[in-house]
Amino acid sequence: MKADNIIEVRDLKVHFPITEGLLRRQVGILPAVDGVSFDILRGETFSLVGESGCGKSTTALSVLKMQPVTSGTITFNNEDITHHSASQMRPIRRKVQMVYQDPYGSLNPRMKVGSIIGEPLRVHGMAGDKEKYNARIRELMQVVGLMTDMADRYPHEFSGGQRQRICIARAIALDPELIICDEAVSALDVSIQAQVINLLMDLQERLGLTYLFIAHDLSVVRHISNRVAVMYLGRIVEIADRDTLFSQPKHPYTQALLSAVPEADPELEASRQEPLIIGEVPSVRNPPSGCRFHPRCSQSLERCKTQVPMHQTSGSTVLACHLYD
Amino acid sequence: MQTSNASTKTYHPFIVFHQRLFRSKPLGGFGGVVFAIFLLGGVFADLLAPYGMNETNMFNSLQSPSLSYLMGTDHLGRDVFSRILYGAQLSVIVGFLAAGLATIISVILGVVTGYFGGKTDMLIQRFVDAWMTFPDLVLLIVVVSIVGPGTTQIVIILGCLYGIAGSRIIRGSVVSIRENMYTHAAQSMGAKTLHILWFHILPNVMPVVIVLFTTRVGAVILAEAGLSFLGLGIPPPSPTWGSMLSGSGRTYMYLGPWLALAPGICLTVMVYAINIYGDALRDMLDPRMRGR
Repeated sequence: MKADNIIEVRDLKVHFPITEGLLRRQVGILPAVDGVSFDILRGETFSLVGESGCGKSTTALSVLKMQPVTSGTITFNNEDITHHSASQMRPIRRKVQMVYQDPYGSLNPRMKVGSIIGEPLRVHGMAGDKEKYNARIRELMQVVGLMTDMADRYPHEFSGGQRQRICIARAIALDPELIICDEAVSALDVSIQAQVINLLMDLQERLGLTYLFIAHDLSVVRHISNRVAVMYLGRIVEIADRDTLFSQPKHPYTQALLSAVPEADPELEASRQEPLIIGEVPSVRNPPSGCRFHPRCSQSLERCKTQVPMHQTSGSTVLACHLYD
Repeated sequence: MQTSNASTKTYHPFIVFHQRLFRSKPLGGFGGVVFAIFLLGGVFADLLAPYGMNETNMFNSLQSPSLSYLMGTDHLGRDVFSRILYGAQLSVIVGFLAAGLATIISVILGVVTGYFGGKTDMLIQRFVDAWMTFPDLVLLIVVVSIVGPGTTQIVIILGCLYGIAGSRIIRGSVVSIRENMYTHAAQSMGAKTLHILWFHILPNVMPVVIVLFTTRVGAVILAEAGLSFLGLGIPPPSPTWGSMLSGSGRTYMYLGPWLALAPGICLTVMVYAINIYGDALRDMLDPRMRGR
């Protein structure tokens, strides 16, 4: 493992059992994540993109061990945490925090904002004396751009953007190393999105944070990421630097995703080529054989139907496609 | 005048809440007031009652209601109004203690089964299912005839009976709260289970708990009256409404109808008042009703 890797995920599989009937007989498995490998470098923003249901969130939750892992290994700061128990995970959880998609659901409606932001400190016994604790909460509120006299209010008195700032303040309370942003800006208005993204980038610079950023909005991803991994039906199809991925997408699925991004300029929009994708996403419950993208790929070869493409690494890019064998 | 006062003065949240309750649910508010009258009547029975609860006056037996005997007297010349007040005291004690015990049992069972789920949930809830198939009264009669009548026994029996059945309501609410992202957030930051239960689950089931408690108070008072009517409740000479109905009320119904009417009407009015008040509380504590 390289010293500057904060997270290493190797061949991660998360399979959910599908049960039926009164006795919960297992009738099949749902391979939500099926052999995913990636590294996250310290200080970077690593994005996971893909359509709904492709396993982005499940991958992120497994990194936090909030999801039982079927197989594979997860390494955090050179420590294999794959089989850590809940109590072994506690010191890890101090260093990995999460920001959620829904700023309404992720704040307890019956807790005051100050106590929400201070909760991680109390949970990890780092609250200290009252004076210091309150000062820390005021400092955190200032850092994320909230008025410090709002600490005694309840979450429902805040707007969506402010609520997301509260979530961010809570996430940075323990000086974490890694923050997992699960669709952290998807639920916000576009103008608020920009503010929150700028706040995240600003905090990254100031506090030396690493982000695992999960999103489906490619323009946001392009703005914030250093490296991007594209997922399709539980597998990573391509990992590349942000600029490489957006200027020279290699995998047909990445090309299709990028071609689906609408252009703001109507003239450019008119000349934009048609999305290169056919049909609908197949069910994860019964994924296609070989390359999972082959039924929808416009360039699929005969062996794509039978052979699973291997991940080829060249430099910082990873690609799984038979076209480049 | 009054509005300018209200805007400058800050009242206790309990008062603010009830102002809102009276404005949007006048009937429920009325129920609350009626219940409060019974409550105060029971609490201050020693001061309010014109006669002792067992003070007999054989010369004035079976008197119809008059100014000196507001609700008449019974066959032993005891003042029915005084006995109603002392009965309210007993009903309030039994009602609050048993409903309190029932609520505690419901919360513990409901939170444990709802939050942890899995096998614990399966086992405990199937037991609750089995428990609920027995008619309440049959269970009560069997248990009372084993342990004997008495206030403590009645409180414990009614508390267990309603507590076990009520756990289902708490469980449902906990299951939906558990699925909220803030619970997930607390888990992901490494909070211990007890911390999550105490700071995230419990405060959010509180509205359900309050409503469960108020409806249980009514149910328990009614059940106690039923037991006393059958002679299995709090033993005489304690003046419970149920025993007043079954004792002098039933025997002397034709000579003195007030003997049956007084406890019967009080019981009906009090339980009805608690129920409409509980309904109003439930509606007011529903977050979707906020700000209306």
